[in-house]
Amino acid sequence: MSATAFKSYRPPVIEPSEEGDELLEVAMGPHHPSTHGVFRMDVALDGERVVKLKPVFGYLHRNHEKIAETASYLAAMPYTDRLDYFCSLTNNWAYALAVEKLAGLEVPERAQYIRVITAELTRIQNHASAIGFLLQEMGASGTPLMYAFREREKILDLFEELTGSRMMCNYMRFGGCRVELPKGWLEKVKTVVDGLPQFIDETEALLTGNEILMARSQGVGVLKPDLAVNAGITGPMLRAAGVNYDIRKVDHYGIYDRFKFRVPLGDHGDIYDRYMIRVLEARESVEILKQALKDVPAGPIMDPKSKIRGFRPKVGEAYGRIEAPKGELGFYLISDGTGNPYRYRVRPPSLINLTVLEDMCLGQNVADVVLIFGSVDIVLGEVDR
Amino acid sequence: MLGEGMLKGLAETAKNFAGSFVSKERMTTVQYPEERIAPIENTRDFPFLVYDGSDAMAGLRCVACQICEKECPPKCIYIVKSTDKKPDFVGKMQIYPTRFDIDISVCMSCQICVEVCPFEAIKMDTEFELSTTDRFGGLLYDREQLSKSNEHYHKIHPTEAAEVDARLAEEKAKAEAKAKAAAEAAAAKAAAAAAAALPKEAPAKEPGA
Repeated sequence: MSATAFKSYRPPVIEPSEEGDELLEVAMGPHHPSTHGVFRMDVALDGERVVKLKPVFGYLHRNHEKIAETASYLAAMPYTDRLDYFCSLTNNWAYALAVEKLAGLEVPERAQYIRVITAELTRIQNHASAIGFLLQEMGASGTPLMYAFREREKILDLFEELTGSRMMCNYMRFGGCRVELPKGWLEKVKTVVDGLPQFIDETEALLTGNEILMARSQGVGVLKPDLAVNAGITGPMLRAAGVNYDIRKVDHYGIYDRFKFRVPLGDHGDIYDRYMIRVLEARESVEILKQALKDVPAGPIMDPKSKIRGFRPKVGEAYGRIEAPKGELGFYLISDGTGNPYRYRVRPPSLINLTVLEDMCLGQNVADVVLIFGSVDIVLGEVDR
Repeated sequence: MLGEGMLKGLAETAKNFAGSFVSKERMTTVQYPEERIAPIENTRDFPFLVYDGSDAMAGLRCVACQICEKECPPKCIYIVKSTDKKPDFVGKMQIYPTRFDIDISVCMSCQICVEVCPFEAIKMDTEFELSTTDRFGGLLYDREQLSKSNEHYHKIHPTEAAEVDARLAEEKAKAEAKAKAAAEAAAAKAAAAAAAALPKEAPAKEPGA
């Protein structure tokens, strides 16, 4: 896992099986049911085997970073919802964290707890739907996805009650959160959280021991830990390869040092491990939620120093990162003292986790490409920005 | 045994399938146009302008400060300031918008306009059945279409509206107290002046005049 390992690394070249065989080039996407949106993979096939794979993206590019540089700091917040539209609350948190570092704002205790609760709920619903989509791509048409969405629905209802919107939450602000919790919201969260272990057990009973799932996923799309580290892979992908790296443990951002939770690690780095890691992480998130819900303190939810109108952080730069459900989500900001950032850069986990797609797919069957792609768990809104 | 995991999974789906016909909490479908779910208080979709009293155009709280126009992320608000003034809720003369347009097809329901408004003049509506056959003019809402009464605001967001009303009442009381104090001071000054120039009577000023 040294830095020199990467210099010597080249993707394996796969020779055609017989002399004189011709390769078949297939464009999977941009309109393909397996691509989670508009994404293209130019695949060169030797029979069923993948010999070359070129990812093509940019179909959903909408100038996110430049728009944020021309708008005020606050006006960029609703745009962050639209990056990874499954997890808008963690996007909000990452951006708020970067601006808080830049402007030197303190987040009150109560807001920290609310942030942890919403972020962990986001993680559970993201992992549930990631597993659902993975199984959808495996050919289990509907059932696991519908079970996942049934659970996600309950969490989205909670988000709607708190933030006013189901997916585009736009809830966190620099130095706290936007609105106070509605009456009885925490009790409702408790009810949902109490039901979650049963849902995860159900998912596991349905899938974990399933022979078809094991045959399709074990030993397929293996990602070696040294390549994962060198390519900057983060999140469940990296931990499935066996590298112990979780920003909640490394950075202790927010108040994560107060909670006891374990970081699940995989052995093989194949699709099955990635599935298993998501299940286990969802279980750990339930544990964090139980601890966080026990003692939500009373008090303000906004730093009194924070300003809604005329917000101008001092000259400087800041990088705020969090462990989003898909990996390390970071926002890099440079302030020149005016009302809008001079430079605004997103480090999107979805895009960077996609960079090893070819390495995982080479030598595999073309049917497995769909699966490997699904196991990366990306959202095109974040890949293309 | 090969297939054991699959059988276990099938048992799970069978349980869920049976449960979806029996268990009350699993029957979540609502027959939408006939039946409706009770609205959630924090729900937001598109902004509207709040007015006090019965005349929408006279009671509009908006003073055309254009902060929302500037802060709006997708820039869907268009405001033209008036050249004359009209009294606001405390009786102070203020500019008002002669034109206030929101392009609903551009608006992304982010609520930033509501947060930055210092006059509690723009709030989020919960009306979602807005489909129209004219996608250009039909979705460009003007001042008349956007203005809704404070009672409507109370109906859709009761808690928030009560807080806003309390804040405005406090502001109004403060403004009135200030005007009264100013008037009293003016009256005292006038009285002193009158006392100096006897026997002329001092004209007392009316508060808020």
